[in-house]
Amino acid sequence: MSGQSSPTFGNLDWEVTPYTDLLEHVNSSTIIGAGAASVLVLGAFAGIALLTYMRWWKPLFRDWLTSADAKKIGIMYIALALVMMARGIIEGLVMRAHQATALGALDKAETGLVAPDHFAQLFSTHGTIMIFFVAMPLLIGLINFVLPQQLGARDMAFPVLNQVSLGLTAAGAGLVMVSLLIGDFGTGGWTMYPPYTGLDYSPGEGVDYWLWAILISGVGSTLTGMNFAVTIFKSRAPGMHLMRMPLFCWTSLCVAIMLIYAMPALTVSSAMLALDRYAGFHFFTNASGGNMMNYANIFWMFGHPEVYILILPAFGVFSEISSTYSGKRLYGYTSLVIASMSIAVVSFMVWLHHFFTMGQSAGVNIAFGIATMIIGIPTGVKIYDWMATMWRGRVRITAPVVYLVGFFLLFVIGGLSGIILANPSIDYQVHNTTFLVAHFHNVIIPGVLYGMLAGVHYWFPKAFGFRLDESWGRRTALLFVGGFIFTFMPLYVLGLMGLPRRSPTFQDPDFLPWMYIASFGAVLMLAALFCLLWTFWKSYRHRMSLSVPGGDPWNGSSLEWSTPAPVPEWTFASIPKVQARGDWGETKRAGDPWRAPDSYADIEMPANTAHGLIIAGMAFALGFAMVWHIWWLAALSFFAITAALIWRGMRVIEPRIIPARQVEEEDRRFREYVAGATPITRADEESERNRGVPDCSEFAG
Amino acid sequence: MFLLAGMTAAIALAMAPASAHGVVEDSFLQPMGPVAAEQSKHLLRVIGITMIVILPVLIGVPLILWRYRYRKPRGAYSPEWEYSEKLEYALWGVPVLIVIVLAGWLWHSTAKLDPYQQLGPDPLQVQAIGLDWKWVFIYPEQGIATVDELAIPVGRPVQLMLTTDTVMQSMLIAPLTGQIYAMPGMSTQLNFSASRAGTAEGENTQFNGSGFGRQKFKVRALDPDEFDRWLDGPDSGLTLDEATYATLRRQSVLADAKSDLGLERSTGPLVMSLGARDVFDRVIGKYHRTGNGENAADAEAWGGIGLPAPAKQESGQ
Repeated sequence: MSGQSSPTFGNLDWEVTPYTDLLEHVNSSTIIGAGAASVLVLGAFAGIALLTYMRWWKPLFRDWLTSADAKKIGIMYIALALVMMARGIIEGLVMRAHQATALGALDKAETGLVAPDHFAQLFSTHGTIMIFFVAMPLLIGLINFVLPQQLGARDMAFPVLNQVSLGLTAAGAGLVMVSLLIGDFGTGGWTMYPPYTGLDYSPGEGVDYWLWAILISGVGSTLTGMNFAVTIFKSRAPGMHLMRMPLFCWTSLCVAIMLIYAMPALTVSSAMLALDRYAGFHFFTNASGGNMMNYANIFWMFGHPEVYILILPAFGVFSEISSTYSGKRLYGYTSLVIASMSIAVVSFMVWLHHFFTMGQSAGVNIAFGIATMIIGIPTGVKIYDWMATMWRGRVRITAPVVYLVGFFLLFVIGGLSGIILANPSIDYQVHNTTFLVAHFHNVIIPGVLYGMLAGVHYWFPKAFGFRLDESWGRRTALLFVGGFIFTFMPLYVLGLMGLPRRSPTFQDPDFLPWMYIASFGAVLMLAALFCLLWTFWKSYRHRMSLSVPGGDPWNGSSLEWSTPAPVPEWTFASIPKVQARGDWGETKRAGDPWRAPDSYADIEMPANTAHGLIIAGMAFALGFAMVWHIWWLAALSFFAITAALIWRGMRVIEPRIIPARQVEEEDRRFREYVAGATPITRADEESERNRGVPDCSEFAG
Repeated sequence: MFLLAGMTAAIALAMAPASAHGVVEDSFLQPMGPVAAEQSKHLLRVIGITMIVILPVLIGVPLILWRYRYRKPRGAYSPEWEYSEKLEYALWGVPVLIVIVLAGWLWHSTAKLDPYQQLGPDPLQVQAIGLDWKWVFIYPEQGIATVDELAIPVGRPVQLMLTTDTVMQSMLIAPLTGQIYAMPGMSTQLNFSASRAGTAEGENTQFNGSGFGRQKFKVRALDPDEFDRWLDGPDSGLTLDEATYATLRRQSVLADAKSDLGLERSTGPLVMSLGARDVFDRVIGKYHRTGNGENAADAEAWGGIGLPAPAKQESGQ
């Protein structure tokens, strides 16, 4: 970025790409920077070429991008998360490789794979991506796919708003991706604490990329929260009382409430920082009355609930799979509901533990420290409840169960380090060290990542009609478990030895062996990612032998297993009348579960629309224009978004009607298939004989 | 189980005395003073108590998997069992009890180890100013200042006041005490003391730019008479006045700052005499000018308040 700003191109010029850096200095850091940009560009070209060659543009547009179906939106969220996760994991590997080569001396310039500034961009994008564009889209995607099906609803309460939320999240992700090629990203970590990220200390576009990615995707997440909450309150099937909802719906409700109350805090803190940077405000500047402590407070009022936003859907998944794969009812349903709700509430009362070391009085620290420990109680109860669910069950060791077991054994270690960190007196020592880094990876990877991947494996057949390969699924899970252990256990040790997080270099050679182990772990994580992709590919190739048109491959008990796989757009041929908790299970127990409905009616579904796509494109343009100070484009895209909202608001929009005949025809075909299929017991679950039609006599939960 | 064993082994390893080269200690698990000693003791206490709720999971999960696996189940099968009042009391009760015990200890140790609490009468007064990427230590009573070296006498409490003249930083001297943030225009403090002679590493733990990884300093706990000798020892001939301070405020690590000051480029300590006793207060005062008021000029003095200039000397290769 050079000094002059042009009216047409803002601060953009030809020197913003990493190729300029590469031409100026050729070293491992600039090569990696330019390489990453090239991967982005080549990846985009390859994608375009593939879509063109396969003539997929039209189906992509018609069936996916303009669809308002929550199930498809959910799948698109998860696809976005997986793409971003690939970048996040590779960045993690580069950081671990860097630190393994970063032993230096105080009087010598930093050495190692990448330059300190490049390293700082890596940990900033890694954190931002993993939290906002991997974990969040994974859980929002999974909830979108599963929640309406479990509630007995056909769609979310606001299908098009849902599409807009996805669009805004994708626009934010797009901004972070574009920063690989055009300009730099911020170096202040995923929390972007001022004053370091203020205009004085971080001039340039880096922090702005973060700000606009967060502001835009944050609005999307807030809207998602509202959508989930209204769906749960208003769109449940008749008879689906709150206390009959599957646990996953309960944790979704917690997530919805937390999104609504927590996300605005992030929007506020980011908007205040943006005002500081764009309009000369002094909220968080060093002088003129600014105070960065306010940023820390507001940010973490979002940030702490956020970690429970991430973890609770995983707790929902673990509740479902522990019961299903044990062939047993969920133990302590009421306890689990109370525990989830307590976590959601208490999580708003602990934010200060992220900065025990800011200089407040011991009394304040004691209060927040104890509040933090209190969250451990419902969390612990949940883990015991799942163990009680498996006790005296008949546990099938499928891929989701491997994730579940990895979660059990690793998450409690993360819980232990959480209790340790909750003690202000110890936090004074290990705060800001790699001990902290190890801790939050220890709860987020075994918690969120394992939970979400287990959920993807569990519900995959419902989405695509075929199961995922169990052996490769188990291998992926084991690799993620091993990768976690090797990468992050050494970081606990390094933290106790006093290594600060985000260190581009260090001087103690005793750190090296641990760095090597951690790097090996990062390689395992990458292998796990490939293994995951291979699982998808291999299962796709064997989709015929893995197909489960019967729709109930795991002998489940909640409503979503009563429909065909892949599930039709309208989900239920007729809306079920719920009689009990685990209604589908009770129907199976009563016998003849696949009885056809007495009559079929026309079904109203939301019509396809490009509304979300337009808003996403304009939001991306707005963010990009603001980052580069291209004011005309910013104004234009802002007005375009407003105009699109007004235009849609003024129109009468007819829903799409699916005629009763079509529904009946497809439903009859499904029921005939089920009637003709051979029911299988759980012993054959992983074999080709599993066509999604379970032996109902075996259902005992 | 192997995880637990691995973690215990790791902590034991981290606690093992530093190896041959390690004259500089950098972990609170090898404490050099009462604060860090208490912190590391509390760490082990918390781990011990929390194990009561964690061990059942680490042992129970593999047992359940083994005993109740579908292929070859051993135990009974009770698929409809979903509630037991006694078990509920245990599941909620035990964690509640453990948290009550832990909370008691938390309260005790947090109150006891409050970094603002003096450890005894007549503490040694030291002031620290965090710069990009070094620390200036000021001994107002002794009239000396150092960069990246903090010498303290064994046995006497130390009261360290902190601020920064750049972005937020966090000072950690792990073998002696925990960390506290240092923020511009504000002061925070750490109280600690050394109970044995030795050298500890101090550092900034809050990322503040590309020199962050080298913002380390030596803390030397000296026997009292040795400390007196250190006070009377040779200095660099420099005085910490406005001009010297402005040079130090540039974005540089110690070695580069020394060459900027015309000294030999090295990581050795920089000891100066103190030009004005109120340097610390002036640096804080820079951030409290009131617009066009009488002290408006203060913001420009002592190196100003904006982004520090880069070092004259490029970071040496």
